Amino acid sequence: MDGWFDGLKREVLYHKDLFGRFDSLYLGGGTPTFLSEKMLEKVMASLLDHFHLMPDAEITIEANPCDITRHKADALKALGFNRINLGVQSFNDNILKVLGRRHSAVDAENAVGHLRSAGFKNIGLDLIYGLKTQSMKEWIATLRSALSFQPEHLSCYQLTLEKGTVFDRRSHKNDMITLPEKTAAAHFLATSSFLENKGYIHYEVSNFARNERLESRHNRKYWNHTPYLGLGPSAHSFDGKKRWWNVRSVKKYRAALEKGRSPIEGWETLTTEQRHLESLALGFRTRKGVGPESLDAASEKALAMFQKQGLLKIINGSAVPTRRGYLLADHLPLCFST
Amino acid sequence: MKQIRNFSIIAHIDHGKSTLADRMIQATGLVETRDFRDQLLDTMDIERERGITIKSQAITLPYVDGEGREYALNLIDTPGHVDFSYEVSRALASCEGVLLLVDAAQGVEAQTMANLFAAMEHDLEIIPVINKIDLISADIERTKEQIELDLGLDSDLAILCSAKEGTGIDHVLEAVVDLIPPPAGSEEDPLKALIFDAHYDPFRGTIVSCRIFSGRVHPGDTIRLMHNNARYRVEEVGVFRLEREPRKVLSAGEVGYIISGIKTVSDTRIGDTITLEKNPAPAPLPGFKEVKPVVFASIYPVASDEYRSLVEALEKYKLNDAALIFQKDSSAALGLGFRCGFLGLLHLEIVQERLEREFDQSLIMTSPTVQYRFELTNGDEVTIDNPVYYPDPATISKAFEPYIRASIMIPERYMGAVMELCLERRGTHSQFSYPSTGRIEIQFDMPLAEVIYDFYDKLKTVTQGYGSFDYDLLDYRESDLVKLDILLNGEKVDALCQIVFKEGARARALNACNRLKEEIPRHMFKIAIQGAIGGTIIARSTVNAFRKDVTAKCYGGDITRKRKLLEKQKKGKKRMKMVGSVTVPQSAFIAILRSDDK
Repeated sequence: MDGWFDGLKREVLYHKDLFGRFDSLYLGGGTPTFLSEKMLEKVMASLLDHFHLMPDAEITIEANPCDITRHKADALKALGFNRINLGVQSFNDNILKVLGRRHSAVDAENAVGHLRSAGFKNIGLDLIYGLKTQSMKEWIATLRSALSFQPEHLSCYQLTLEKGTVFDRRSHKNDMITLPEKTAAAHFLATSSFLENKGYIHYEVSNFARNERLESRHNRKYWNHTPYLGLGPSAHSFDGKKRWWNVRSVKKYRAALEKGRSPIEGWETLTTEQRHLESLALGFRTRKGVGPESLDAASEKALAMFQKQGLLKIINGSAVPTRRGYLLADHLPLCFST
Repeated sequence: MKQIRNFSIIAHIDHGKSTLADRMIQATGLVETRDFRDQLLDTMDIERERGITIKSQAITLPYVDGEGREYALNLIDTPGHVDFSYEVSRALASCEGVLLLVDAAQGVEAQTMANLFAAMEHDLEIIPVINKIDLISADIERTKEQIELDLGLDSDLAILCSAKEGTGIDHVLEAVVDLIPPPAGSEEDPLKALIFDAHYDPFRGTIVSCRIFSGRVHPGDTIRLMHNNARYRVEEVGVFRLEREPRKVLSAGEVGYIISGIKTVSDTRIGDTITLEKNPAPAPLPGFKEVKPVVFASIYPVASDEYRSLVEALEKYKLNDAALIFQKDSSAALGLGFRCGFLGLLHLEIVQERLEREFDQSLIMTSPTVQYRFELTNGDEVTIDNPVYYPDPATISKAFEPYIRASIMIPERYMGAVMELCLERRGTHSQFSYPSTGRIEIQFDMPLAEVIYDFYDKLKTVTQGYGSFDYDLLDYRESDLVKLDILLNGEKVDALCQIVFKEGARARALNACNRLKEEIPRHMFKIAIQGAIGGTIIARSTVNAFRKDVTAKCYGGDITRKRKLLEKQKKGKKRMKMVGSVTVPQSAFIAILRSDDK
């Protein structure tokens, strides 16, 4: 654990004077709340010593319900965090068990309570749905439980299985765990309409905010090619043209920095075409849509067709996905780029 | 003067023909061991990879016998596939003897038989050579028995060798000298040279490979190709070593090349006779035949703006392959392209592969078909090699399709399975022979169209790889044919239609629909695939629309991966063709000829 921190301290020094002021900080990737208060304090200190945050910066930490005691909640507040992303996943103990989580629904409820008591006014809950064993009714029940805490933000991740995940290894047939596509699509649409009826904005495929100001400032950067700096093993960074990423292994990360070497494992400089393709891929995932600068004359036909099919709307020249458009966000770019 | 021996090696595929040729080249010292690369005579990548010989090649090996006599041994390598049987026959006509190579583990195969008959037809001295004696599975006694019984040759004469290990090669060379008769023919007679192959050289034009039967030819002579009466002035003559080696003259008995400003190989005909303009031979050598394609398919560029580049590629390709014929063609679904005729399925595959690899073309090839004949009610007769031009059924009085005689050689235990397959493929007039214990040769008359329809793979499957197959074209026979249309979302796709035997039409339609279902990716809308005869739908399958294609998470570390996936998908899409609103992959057009159970 300390090895990771040693590396981080060195990596911070690497970048310290190269950046202006940051308007967001996101401590995540796993659950950093697992760290002791003392360690978190050290981490924050090393960051704040060398980087400048704007006064109204969004400072988020990813939290695991098990880790959040009343004391920890106060400590997080004191360290300057003003936004919490709580990995609730579900308010149903059976589902939590299937997901292999350590916490129970009650733990999650208590954690939200502690955070509210500590004065957090921006809490996001992460939820998972789309398991085969989870009925629509049960999922809506979890959503209702979540809404009872009036979270400012909700991330609802529909279980999709990528190669190499725990679920993928557990069974060779994905469909033993996930819903059939048709049902999954129905659940996705139902989630969107349920939450929008409750006043949330469905601003990205998996993300909902109670109002525009509460959309994750940090995550939006990933989606509109804003530069960001990532620190730590496997972290990705982007400077507007170039993207690079650190080695995955903590050991190698630390070793590289100890020897005074960069922990960067790889990088790429985006070509115009690549950037365009990404603009499409990212744009069709968000309520902002794909801007007119990324839509050329050749897009007209596809635009008209998808408008007719109710997958896209044109808003101020941007191609904005509808709820059904979100469902096909990974396919749409292929129909627009030549 | 040096003595000459002209010979060829004939063998079933994989029995070690090219390896034996390599060893003989090495043994005669034509090439230093250190310069050696495997399969010298198979110069094309595709030949090396597939282990087959496509073009005939010749090489002159210097040899000195035990008593110090010098010889020129002309080895003529022949293509090893039934598609090229005419080329083989011309190469054999240029020889006085053959080495009949038999794999000691595999024994005599269908192609060994076919090769033997071809050699016998030319009255050649046949020397059996048992190869691969180093293999643990080698069964020399059994192979000898087969040579005796299946082939009717004297197995006592059989030479044992392992081309791979290099053992027995000296005996092979001695046998070539001792047993194969020297060429006859007089240098004083008028020139008669048999063209057995032609290669295109970008600097020299066509290099004609020939065997001189009588007379002499020098640089400066004016030659005449007796079939088309074209005249050329000889620029260079010579023999084939590892490279071409110019000579002052080629004389009766020799094998070599002539360069005479012939522009393309299509200006020559394999089997044609070359003579001199002054003092011509009274008649050409026998056996000339105009080779005709038997399998037809269309090729189109995947991107329609690549048509020009395909034209150029085909023209260049054609410089070196006289057997390929093509003419402009257009399809409602696929745009401008070419209708091509091939010698067989292997030839088709080779053309496709070489166009893609050597000429960097991205092609769609439609499913191959044979040539059908129709007698119409008004008395006309039409021949059709493209199902698109199937005549109006109301006007057809009789339909005919080409038949072959298939020879299949198998271990006896597979007889039931092979019989079933052949009968299912409309085989008739079966004949059996038991050349040796445990082995059976089955002959069937069968429509060529059935061979095109996945027959090789099926035969391989039912015989677990032990079946060997060869065929001869027979004749046209009356048949009951229909045109099977394929519709995608209600639109007929001309490039997918086939002419099929009526009785099996429903099964074929269903198979095509199922294959297409596997090939066509899901779209955002449902795709109905239908098989129809006339206006009647006889088969159907559906590609369901996808309803969801989105990953849940896309943050900093996911973007590059997502983009790379999209780039890959885009690349894949470039290999597809829009047919109406449906994107159809390149592979789908040929997949409809693959039968189901894999």
